[in-house]
Amino acid sequence: MPPAAALQLPTEWRDFFALTKPRVMSLVVFTGLCGLLAAPASIHPVLAFTAILCIALGAGGAAALNMWWEADIDAGMKRTAARPLPAGRMDRTAARDFGIGLSVGSVLLLGVAIGWLAAGLLAVSILYYAVIYTIWLKPRTPQNIVIGGGAGAFPPLIGWVAATGEITAMPLLLFAIIFMWTPPHFWALALFVQTDYAKVGIPMLPVVAGEATTRRQILIYAALLMPLAATPWWIGGTGAVYGIAALILSAAFLGFALPVGLRRTAAGDTMRPEKRLFGFSIVYLFALFACLVADRLATVQGWLR
Amino acid sequence: MTDAPTPPDMAQPDLDEYRARQRGRNRALGVVLAFFAVLFFVITLVKIGGNVG
Repeated sequence: MPPAAALQLPTEWRDFFALTKPRVMSLVVFTGLCGLLAAPASIHPVLAFTAILCIALGAGGAAALNMWWEADIDAGMKRTAARPLPAGRMDRTAARDFGIGLSVGSVLLLGVAIGWLAAGLLAVSILYYAVIYTIWLKPRTPQNIVIGGGAGAFPPLIGWVAATGEITAMPLLLFAIIFMWTPPHFWALALFVQTDYAKVGIPMLPVVAGEATTRRQILIYAALLMPLAATPWWIGGTGAVYGIAALILSAAFLGFALPVGLRRTAAGDTMRPEKRLFGFSIVYLFALFACLVADRLATVQGWLR
Repeated sequence: MTDAPTPPDMAQPDLDEYRARQRGRNRALGVVLAFFAVLFFVITLVKIGGNVG
């Protein structure tokens, strides 16, 4: 460490980029794009690109605000200690201003280029993640992940509304699917990194309610996900391509969740079932939304008639 | 470029690193600004085009 009096080096642009959580953003971009492509409306490619860009920038802004607020917490966890703020490569004010700038800019651009309904939803999603989740509820309730899942569920909703200009049952269902998917996805991770969360005092479910409860809840959410994921087919919002894929994928998800839900951690456990469930949960979401777009494409092209 | 503020009491290797980071940031910002200038121009064309046809 240089002495305090030394002039701090300017923060590298890569560190600003890291503030936006690029890996999370890839899932945001993908689900947002799928929502946009699956919607029964055509949108000019340039405007579609702009809409996805705004969703990504908004998510990046919210992520930067999350890192600004949680710098102290991140410093205490192995997984996050190397982030730009806890590692001391950036000052907090710069991170906050960067987050606010991205957030405001993305909402304004989406409003001007696409429409104010989609922009309003983007603003709500950013506030939901940065304020309601990060600042208010994450440090206060073990249901924090259930609530945080709402933030991650916005991209396909915003993508769909950007294309159609209205909120209908289908985009709300896409929202509900990600909402229901997040708890088993994240609790599987929390089960094998729980020592870290306990150290920094975040009330993750395994820490507060115990492992048995967490495993049971993972199973409940995985079971509920199956009928929910198939609902777009049952209400006639999609065709059989999506419907059958949703049933197969959700059955596999439940299959991965079962051993996690029914076992207990032994001494010296490698947590293999939990790691496999976490890994598959990411594959699940990518595949499910890819099938949603494939279904729409099949319908438009008339392949199944 | 010549009147960029020079940090006081900085050893030459540190000063080189300081300048390198400044340059890196300036370039990144330049690319972002150019990108948005082009994007706004194209959005405008698309929006006007939609009203003409």
